[in-house]
Amino acid sequence: MAEVALRRVVKMFEKTPAVRGIDLEIADKEFIVLVGPSGCGKSTTLRMIAGLEETTAGEIWIGGDLVNDVPPKDRDIAMVFQNYALYPHMTVFENMSFGLRLKRFPKSEIKARVEAAARILDITDLLDRRPKQLSGGQRQRVAMGRAIVRNPKVFLFDEPLSNLDAKLRVQMRTEIKKVHQKVMTTTVYVTHDQVEAMTLADRVVVMNQGRIDQIGTPHELYHAPKTKFVAGFIGSPAMNFVPATLEANAAALSVRLPNGIAFRVPEDRTERYRPFVGRPVLFGLRPEHITEPRGMLHPDQQVFDVALDVVEPMGMETMVYFVMDGAEVCGRVDPSSAREVGEKMRLVADLRHMHLIDPETEEVL
Amino acid sequence: MAELAAEAVRVPAGVRHTSLQKFMRRRSTIAFAMTLPLIVLIVALVIYPAFYSMYLATLNKSMQRFVGLGNFEFLFRRATFWMVVKQSCIFAISAVFFKALIGFFVAHFVHTIPTKGQRKWRGMLMVPWVIPTAISTIGWFWLFDPSYSAFNWLLGKFGVDPVPWLGHPLWARFSVILVNVWYGAPFFMIMYLAALKSVPEQLYEAAAIDGANWFQRLWYITLPMMRNIIAITVLFSLIVTFANFDIVRILTAGGPVDQTHVFATWAFLLGIQGNDIPLGAAVSLFMLPILGVSAIFILRGVRRRTIEA
Repeated sequence: MAEVALRRVVKMFEKTPAVRGIDLEIADKEFIVLVGPSGCGKSTTLRMIAGLEETTAGEIWIGGDLVNDVPPKDRDIAMVFQNYALYPHMTVFENMSFGLRLKRFPKSEIKARVEAAARILDITDLLDRRPKQLSGGQRQRVAMGRAIVRNPKVFLFDEPLSNLDAKLRVQMRTEIKKVHQKVMTTTVYVTHDQVEAMTLADRVVVMNQGRIDQIGTPHELYHAPKTKFVAGFIGSPAMNFVPATLEANAAALSVRLPNGIAFRVPEDRTERYRPFVGRPVLFGLRPEHITEPRGMLHPDQQVFDVALDVVEPMGMETMVYFVMDGAEVCGRVDPSSAREVGEKMRLVADLRHMHLIDPETEEVL
Repeated sequence: MAELAAEAVRVPAGVRHTSLQKFMRRRSTIAFAMTLPLIVLIVALVIYPAFYSMYLATLNKSMQRFVGLGNFEFLFRRATFWMVVKQSCIFAISAVFFKALIGFFVAHFVHTIPTKGQRKWRGMLMVPWVIPTAISTIGWFWLFDPSYSAFNWLLGKFGVDPVPWLGHPLWARFSVILVNVWYGAPFFMIMYLAALKSVPEQLYEAAAIDGANWFQRLWYITLPMMRNIIAITVLFSLIVTFANFDIVRILTAGGPVDQTHVFATWAFLLGIQGNDIPLGAAVSLFMLPILGVSAIFILRGVRRRTIEA
């Protein structure tokens, strides 16, 4: 059990920067997820914590020790790889016990530890098999078992579910969460899948182009993104962005979209937005906050009319797409009020959840 | 369809034509046709000579009388024959061992060179294997020359007495093995390099995290992952080295006093130079059981591991 800290960590591959100076404090027993698009430096960061990549600059601390020059084997970490990296010529038991055997643990202890881990992961029947004889999900469990038996200070997961099919991925996601609740070890988990990040993490670290855009709980990232990137990356379908201008009329502010529609800014936000009056902004609203009118409307829920372009029934909800002055916008309506393409529809924008973004700095105002 | 069938009934020749076409289109026929050139070559150059030499081995020196296993009986009673058996085994086993060992280490070194610079090293290291052996062996023959050679000149610089590289039985054996290793190690190197490249990098990373040091990674990951390639390469090399002719023939021609003869050179000496073709055939046939037994053992291991993995 240990905390992990990254201080001004930089990684250059020859002259290409992969990680551009990140700071991150991970508490003991915390489940941290690094998320971001491919090439954002999240895997490189994980590999630097593991010791598989050297840092170009900065410090990495594990459990209060500076580990920059400590080889992977002495960092007391365990890693689960995307393609599992099981030793194909060893049985499941040998795979899981390899680290302990190298450390010359007594045989009885090795057996006890492997069996305990196998029970946690429900793979007791597979101990004599070889990786080739296992399904993807079973291999994933063995890879996790190999990490658990070592009882390390930190677990590192490098996109562990990417090679599984959709159904198994959801199942293993729950499984990983359960394992973490049972063994309570500090965990750093890398994924490009924001759903995985939101469901697993205590805190999510959103990375973009080698930098950390935002660190926060899943709730914070969803409701209070700090940048356009975070706002667009978290949530599916992604947040709608429409170019607009901020106008002042008497005490109130309104967001005017290029097609003439003006939305009144909720009162509690006017002071925050007032310095930006007259400036072009990006108006951001999630699809789930664009719905059909339901019951009594709150003053900050404002109606507008659109012609539907695309209708996607998903079963429990229906996504409707329409164009607002060049920008495609998505709304999320009840399937019972399902509409046809080309039809006019009245929708409600819930402005209590709106965001305004400075198009130049891409920061949320 | 019906019209076509009716036509076929009226014209029997057409039926034959289509069934011939059908026969030609069968996958097995096509497969056979495509392998036919190779089958012809193997029959003409391997199977026919093999059976012919078995037949030859049963004749007397003038090739006019059937003597059964007489030639073999005669060989078994000769000390030189057993010496050739022993020398062939020493030659093949030690040469293959060192080729495998050197190939393994060189492959490792080349593997650690960054990909960009690797090609030219691979190319240079393959040179001994690419030059025709007859030519490169003549080069070695000059290097081994007792009075004017580079080796002895170099030794002389350090005050060491000249070494009779090809003149003393022990040194001569050493020299032919050395040249064979020099010639054959690149083949092992390239095979091992291919095998090394096929080991996923993440296995090494997983092992590094599991706590394996350099040697343990080699022992527990690299070697088991390469076992099949090593086995097949060793078998292939064993066959080729056992049957080696040119290096021994050019360097020592079997001398001094027959102490470097291997099966092929001794068979050549008896059969072609000594004009006793049946006896030469009998000697060369003797390689067959030795190689057959080792092939069975090695391939059985390969098959077992393939099923296991």
